[in-house]
Amino acid sequence: MHIATDFWTWVAALLTLAILSFLWDDNSFYRAAEHLYIGVANGYSITLIWYNVVVPNMIDPLRGAAHVVSEQGFAAAFFTFNEHNVLNPYHDNNFFIIIPMMVGALYVTRFIPSISWMIRIPIGITMGYYTAISIPASFKASIVRQLEASILSRSDFDSAWVLVYGLLIFVTTVATLIYFFFSAEHKGVLRPISNIGILTVMVGFGASFGLTVMARISLAIGRFIFIFKDWLGMVQ
Amino acid sequence: MWYWFLAFVLLVSPGLYAQESPDSPAPPGESIDSEETIATGETISSEFQSSDMESDMGAIPAALPAEEIPTLFPPQNVVAIDVPDDDGQAVSVTWTPPTEGRPTRYILEIAGSDGFFEELTRTTLTEYTVSQLENNELYRFRVVAVYENGQSVSDETPPVAPRDHWMKLDEIPVILAILIYISLLLYFIQAARRGVELFIRRISGLTAVEDAIGRATEMGKPVLYIPGTSSIEDVATLASLNILGEVARRTVHYDVKIICPNKDPIVYTIAREIVKETYASEGRPDAFDPDSVFFLVPDQFAFAAGVDGIMVREKPATIFLMGMFWAESLIMAETGASTGAIQIAGTDAVAQLPFFITACDYTLIGEELYAASAYLGREPMLLGTLKAQDFGKLVFLFIMIVFTLLSLLFGLDAAGWVRVR
Repeated sequence: MHIATDFWTWVAALLTLAILSFLWDDNSFYRAAEHLYIGVANGYSITLIWYNVVVPNMIDPLRGAAHVVSEQGFAAAFFTFNEHNVLNPYHDNNFFIIIPMMVGALYVTRFIPSISWMIRIPIGITMGYYTAISIPASFKASIVRQLEASILSRSDFDSAWVLVYGLLIFVTTVATLIYFFFSAEHKGVLRPISNIGILTVMVGFGASFGLTVMARISLAIGRFIFIFKDWLGMVQ
Repeated sequence: MWYWFLAFVLLVSPGLYAQESPDSPAPPGESIDSEETIATGETISSEFQSSDMESDMGAIPAALPAEEIPTLFPPQNVVAIDVPDDDGQAVSVTWTPPTEGRPTRYILEIAGSDGFFEELTRTTLTEYTVSQLENNELYRFRVVAVYENGQSVSDETPPVAPRDHWMKLDEIPVILAILIYISLLLYFIQAARRGVELFIRRISGLTAVEDAIGRATEMGKPVLYIPGTSSIEDVATLASLNILGEVARRTVHYDVKIICPNKDPIVYTIAREIVKETYASEGRPDAFDPDSVFFLVPDQFAFAAGVDGIMVREKPATIFLMGMFWAESLIMAETGASTGAIQIAGTDAVAQLPFFITACDYTLIGEELYAASAYLGREPMLLGTLKAQDFGKLVFLFIMIVFTLLSLLFGLDAAGWVRVR
């Protein structure tokens, strides 16, 4: 048994135990670890966003634009052209970045009650933009591709197993779609079909459950290896 | 005497003789001191590497007799085309294996405007899509077949330039699907506005919402609402924010405190506005607590730890876990179950649904999450949306069955009609 002598290993081990103490009950150690975790995670995220988002997307372009102004005049910082002599508003060094900056800054208006309504502008733009992006992607991935995969063809009859898989996918897809049809009660002929549908869904969840539990257990094993090997040195 | 022996060895060793540096030839019969031997050895060694490379490139090893020279065949039919219907910067290169021999792998090489070929990638496949190229710049490609005993280079492709295109023609099925859905959407929204009764069957997880908030009222405890842990572009997050409005409406009605911690700063801003406006629209703007909707932390497990802490300290009577979740789902759902709260979960994350089903009282599965806000609100716009979703499903079910029949009866490639890249 070779207990770790590294200070930070001790810190990590004690914090791990403090978090795991929640399994018994809420206690002061857990609270301390929880608040520390949240504080550190927030601090880390802010630093990350500052250096990965704010500096490259806002400060660097503005600094570049200021440099262009000093070198080539004010107009050059707005009207930059690419190598094909085409106006390039996305050029790194121009002041067009001020427009999205101003829209983003409207988020801060919520702290000023008299103009707090202006926060709806960036929210509307954000929701509209992301909704527009996600709708075609969802249709493509969740509908059209599934539709293509579910259509049977003559090649599905080449071998018995392929046929079984093909029929299984076809029948269970129909049944599951019927289960998620909300415009009619599940009565009469719809009842057995929707029952097959929910049964299919549950079988899928069962398989997914087993797979995910395995992954979670491996995460837990990782923490115990840290405690018993890296910290306590009880396992080689 | 031994000089003659050394000279004989050098003469009959053509490989070794061939490696001698042209700058410092060591003709037979000359004395070689130890330092020179080392220097020559280094030269030989480095030139052996060079010779190996030449051999790899398909050159004939000097020491092999003519009848033993292996013939290494190059890849055939190397074709480079601009990827069609894309936004540019990509070229697709395909080739067929050599007519004889089995290469262990291929090396794809690219030459730009400077004309020099350089290695792009190594692959065992016979196709590769080169991305991040400059639009309208000419590129040539060639493929090197790598064998155990050497390499063989294909012919160069004609120059090809990646270009951006106006439309992804292969995604026409997606556009048609969206148009079908929008048509249904407009029709049903108009129908709902005209006052047509739109029937929605009972969804047990959603009928429990009213009871769950009623329970919180009776117990005098808050309602905890987690709008998922994803960002705003996630459809499940958008659905969850719609449900948040309906849940907030009921909490105003029953005068119950709502707690809504957020992981994403943008989702937080929107969630806060939704709850605030719901309080205002219900005539209770004064009852809105600005601290009830708050940003917690953007880290996944730190967020789970924080939510767990809120659950055990605030002891909410009802917990809603609606939206997109990942590995933190079970941590939160288990803790919520241990506090004795009624839990209603809803997500379209297939991997997390099993955990919610086991740990929560009611679970909205996938599509039910999207239906929830319409079911709860009964607003014409949302009901029309839900109806459009339903009949959209029927349309796609119909297409699936008809295309399968066409495919089986007439041997048509019906699946290809809806194929997207």
